[in-house]
Parts: sequence; structure tokens; C-alpha cells
Amino acid sequence: MDRLSQPRENSQEHGNGMFGFTVFLLSESVIFLSLFATYILLRSIAHGWLPRGVSPLEVTQPAINTAVLVSSSFVIYFAEKALDRRHLNQFRLLWLTTSAMGTYFLVGQMIEWSHLKFGLTTGLFGSTFYLLTGFHGLHVLVGILLQLLMLTRSFKPNNYTSSHFGVSATALFWHFVDVIWLVLFSLIYLWRP
Amino acid sequence: MTQDIQMGNAGSDPQPNRWRYFSFSTDHKVIGIQYMVTSFIFFLIAGLFSMLMRAELLTPELNLLSRPLYNGLFTLHGTMMIFLWIIPCLVGLANYLVPLMIGARDMAFPRLNAIAFWLIPPTGIFLLSSFLLPSGTAQAGWWSYPPVSIQNPSGHLFNGELFWILSVALLGISSIMGGVNFVTTIVRLRAPGMTYFRMPIFVWTVLSAQLLQLFCLPSLTGAAILLFFDLAFGTSFFDPFKEGSPVLYQHLFWFYSHPAVYVMVLPALGIFSEIIPAFSRNPLFGYISVALASFGIAIVSIFVWVHHMFASGTPGWMRMLFMFTTMLVAVPTGVKVFAWTATIWKGKLHMETPMLFALAGIIMFLFGGITGVMLGSVPFDLHVNNTYFVVGHFHYIVFNTITMAIYAAMYFWFPKITGRMYAEGWGKIHFVLTFIGANLTFFPMHPLGLQGMVRRVSSYNPQYQELNIVASLGGFLLGISTLPFIVNIVASWLQGRPAPNNPWHATGLEWTVSSPPPVENFEEIPIVTLPPYSYGHDQLAADTPTQK
Repeated sequence: MDRLSQPRENSQEHGNGMFGFTVFLLSESVIFLSLFATYILLRSIAHGWLPRGVSPLEVTQPAINTAVLVSSSFVIYFAEKALDRRHLNQFRLLWLTTSAMGTYFLVGQMIEWSHLKFGLTTGLFGSTFYLLTGFHGLHVLVGILLQLLMLTRSFKPNNYTSSHFGVSATALFWHFVDVIWLVLFSLIYLWRP
Repeated sequence: MTQDIQMGNAGSDPQPNRWRYFSFSTDHKVIGIQYMVTSFIFFLIAGLFSMLMRAELLTPELNLLSRPLYNGLFTLHGTMMIFLWIIPCLVGLANYLVPLMIGARDMAFPRLNAIAFWLIPPTGIFLLSSFLLPSGTAQAGWWSYPPVSIQNPSGHLFNGELFWILSVALLGISSIMGGVNFVTTIVRLRAPGMTYFRMPIFVWTVLSAQLLQLFCLPSLTGAAILLFFDLAFGTSFFDPFKEGSPVLYQHLFWFYSHPAVYVMVLPALGIFSEIIPAFSRNPLFGYISVALASFGIAIVSIFVWVHHMFASGTPGWMRMLFMFTTMLVAVPTGVKVFAWTATIWKGKLHMETPMLFALAGIIMFLFGGITGVMLGSVPFDLHVNNTYFVVGHFHYIVFNTITMAIYAAMYFWFPKITGRMYAEGWGKIHFVLTFIGANLTFFPMHPLGLQGMVRRVSSYNPQYQELNIVASLGGFLLGISTLPFIVNIVASWLQGRPAPNNPWHATGLEWTVSSPPPVENFEEIPIVTLPPYSYGHDQLAADTPTQK
């Protein structure tokens, strides 16, 4: 991290940006907390959580998706490190790998949704499942779009030589989305009825 | 959209044209004024709604409005007064003042600041447009409690409730943008020497209020998302007939909406803490306690929300716990009131309009605080739950305290913001009308509530009529009281006497710059060496107490 060589102004703005973005993510996490609290509360007061005729969720495939999403957090970390060292092509390769892993996760979730035998209004079980995974999926989608935007920006000459707030913020956002997913996965898939 | 033309030409534009107030400006001072003027217009509209309701309540029978319209009026009155008047108006004031008070050139994210403001006027108009819908406006009150709010009797997809949910969600997004901006600005852009314990109390209160926005408001967003799905897509999160839990909505709603009261009241207490020392010519008594009390109030306020739900089948242990935390709020609040009293003590009082509004606001805050502790007590609350006593208490805080504080702030910083003095006589007329009107309107609500008159009804038992007539006359007086204010502000802004840099002999960095301040606020970023409210230092007698 050779920020010392950069103009002080840039580093100051990068710091403000990252501070503000972290505050924003903390705030955003409260929306998830309120949805988690909803899920836990509704599930603990329900008389029989699974609607009649619905079998418990399949865990194996979602677990593989989870592994891919969580590993992508490490990939994006090394991508940012590569950018810090000014290895632009290495950055692009790792960055694109992250997007691909995120896309794998999203497609996997879509396939899972299409095979499920219950819908949004199939009891609170169905409603909470689709709402929570859908709201998280939306965040994954936003993360991927941000990654693609940052990737295209890397082709502008010298764009990332002095500061790369967008890249750091996108990476932080991606870690956030991953951590949220781990909680969500435990609550929805690992908590057996 | 990125016209940063105002940036980077400090002071070179002495007479900037008035059209910048209608443009996407990124100057925090322009945005502050945009916020305040816009929210004042919404205040007038929502005030008109309340006068329509007061007119209906002159007689026990329903004879002026229809029931759905009455329901819509109180729903939108509450929603607009909170989300489109008090919160954005105080955000506007903070937008104008915080960078000046901490010695910064602008907010940390000027463009985000402008976007946050420009979300507000369209959202307000969108919410008001629900009057034109075939289904009418939302009618479930500003709490929007299910199952009433998710019934959708009209069957239309685009109904008033849907508009309400979308508006609240959009205003929430604007508030979160503002919160991120304020917290970053206050933490990272303070001038050299401006330590946390040299910040004016107003900045402390803005910081604590904005932290509450950031960490409590998302709970309302979560509730709005769930409500939206129940209303539009047939889920049953809050539907008691399908195993859903309406009480869950109340928890999510009040987890934000109780702290929201403190988001509104904390900056008002900050305003009092600026005005009282300035017009007593005394340093603020117990500065550190007052600063920390702001955080104390903010922290305690996160753990009191269930006191809105004492009558919602809440278990006994929870009632006891939240009764205790509710009464605990009185401690840091009492610290502040004590500090203001001690500041006035043996001070050299100057009774100009801002001071009148501030003193009256503090006295009525004390009253509202006492009825608040009464309501925090479970047995009393169960007796007056959902009656006019609660309405009276609430309005002693939101109008008689917070709106009085906003008026005080408008007069206090008017010379700084416009570079002109307001007319003192008109200000005093405005004060007298507002003070009488406010007490006439909201005091009778307490006995009415104790006698059992429930809120949100358009027709009532004839035994309540006398007090209702008093309250209605007070309400109309409050409507009239805004006229001298508007006349004064408009006329003084156009042709008032030019204001000196520091007409009140106040302390604080904002009074060291010209009135109105130059575009970049400070020619040179100041270096702060003195504690705040440093009356008694040798600069006291000078017209401009330089803190450099």
C-alpha cells in the first residue's frame, strides 16, 4: 500500500469514501437484521413451519453454491492486492473470476428456485424463503454489476494509478454480501424443522 | 448533473443569482436552504390538513368531511409533518451549519448531498398525489399498522397505502444518504484543533441523531418491504389470519419510529444549547455533560420502543423492563434542562425573538417530558392508551418544543444565512401568536384524553365539545401565526437591514465569517484554540470573536 506517494488530497478522499461506505454498509446490515429477526420470530411462534406436502429444503447443492460464493471473497481480496501492486492484468483476471463465481451462485439459485414445489404465498415458510434469498440475490446482482463497471473503468489509461475508491468499495461490498449469506444459509438451510 | 461550478471560486461571486436555489447545486449552504424552504411548504400543507380536521371536530357529528377523507387527512398530516417537515427541515439546518461550525468547506460528499435533497420534493408530491387515486389516500394512520393497512378495500393495485409505503421507503433512502454524509463530515472534516469536545452542542446533537437514523431507520425499511409484499403480492407476514404477526410489525416500526422522535428532538435541544448561551452572554453550563447527554439520550432511546406497545398483549416482564428504560430517558434530558437553567442563572438576558422561542420551547419541553414519564408508567398508559392524552403529549414535543426550536433557529441564523436582519417587532408578534395558539390547541387534549376521548375519530360524544372548540380555535390561531413569519422572512430577505457578521455576540466559527458566508466558507481553514461558548475570554467584547 504505497499511498504515501499519492497526492494527499486523493488519499483523503479515498479515506472519506471508504469511511462513508463502511457506515453505509453497517446501516444496510440493519435491514438484513430486521429481516432475520422477522424470520426467527415467525418461525419460533409458528405451529408447524413446513406447509403440508412440502419437504424440507435440499442442502447439498446450496452448500456448493455457498462454498463458491465464500471462496470468491478470497479471490476479490487478491484482485485488490494485485491492483495495489499495479499488476493490472492480474487484477482483471482475478476480478473477472470473482464475477464469474458470483454469477455461478446466482444461476445456481435460479435453478434451485425453478425446481422448488412451493411458491411465494405458500405459507410463511415460502414467503420468508423467497423474500430473504431474493433480497440477498438482489445484492449479489448489484455486486456483480459494480464489479463489471469497475472492470471497464480499469481500461481507461491511468484511471487506477492514484486512487481506486470504487474498487475498494466494491470489494468491501462483496465481503458484506458473503457474510450476510453465511448467516442466511445457516438460518434457512441448516436450521432443520 | 455534475455542475460543480460553485466549487473552487471562493468569494469571487458576491451576488450569486437566486436561480441556484432551483438548481442541482452541490454547495451545502444552497442545499440547506433548499431543504428548509421545501420542508416549510410541506409544513404549511400538512398544517392545512390539521386545520381541516380541527374544523370537523368543532361539532360532535360528522358534517364537513367524509370518514375516508378524515382518515386520509390524519394519516398524511402525521406522515408529512414527521418525514417531510421536521426531519428534512432539521437536516437542512444541519446541512447549512455543520460544515461552518466545524470549520469545513463543504460536506464530505457534496453530490450525494444534492441527490439526497432532490429525492424529497418529488416524493412529497408523489405522496400528495394519492389524493387523486380512485382508492383515495392511505387511511391507516402514520403507523400504518396491519391488518388495517394491508386490507386494501378498493382492490386497486395502485392504492394510497402502496403510495405511502413507497414514499416512506424513498424518504428513508434520502435520510440514509444524509446520515452517511453527516457522520463522515463530522468525524473526518473537522478543522485543526476542533476536537470532539470543542464542537458546538448542535454538532453533537446532529451526530447522535444521524447515528440513530443510520442504525434504526433500516428497521422501518425492512418493515416497509414486508408490508409491501403483504399488500401487493399476497404474502402473510403480518396477517393474523394466516399465522402472520401484526405485533411483529409494531416492533419493527417502533424500533425506528421511537428513536425517530429523538432524531427530531436532539437537534432541537442542540438549537437551545446554541441560543441560550448567546442570549445570556454566559458559557454553556456543564458543556461536557450536555455533549455526553446527547449520546446518552440517543443510546437509551434505542431501548424504549416497546412502550408504544404496552396495550399490544406485551408480556409483563417486557412492560416492566421498557417502563424502566423509558423513565431512564428523563435522566440525560434532565441534565440538559438543568444546564440551560444554570446557563441563564445570573446571565445578562437579551429577550430577542430567538431567545423567546427558545425559552418557551424549553418550558413546554419540560411539560411534554413530564407527560412522557407519565405515559411511560404502564398503569397510566393503559388508562390513556389511544386517547387524546397521547396526542397532546406528542404535540407538546413535536410542535411546542421542536417546531418552536426550528422557529428560534430560523430567527437566530437568519442574519447569517441571508445577510439581512429580520424585523424584530414582527418576530415578537409571531412568537406571541404561536405560543398562545400552541397551548390553546394542545393543552385541552390532555383533559380530553383523561376523560376518555379516543384519537383518530371524526365524530365524538357531545360531552367533549367545549374543549374541542378551544383546541380548534387554537389550531386556527396557529395557522394564522405563520403569516407574520412568512411576511417577515420574505420582506426581510428582500430588503432587510444588512446584517453584521455577528449580530448576537455569539461564539462559534459560523459567526467569524461574513454574512452570508462566502461560497467556500473560510478563506483559510481556521485553527481552533478555544473551547466552545468561550464567553469571558478577551474576545468577548469584540464584534467578531475570532477563534483563530
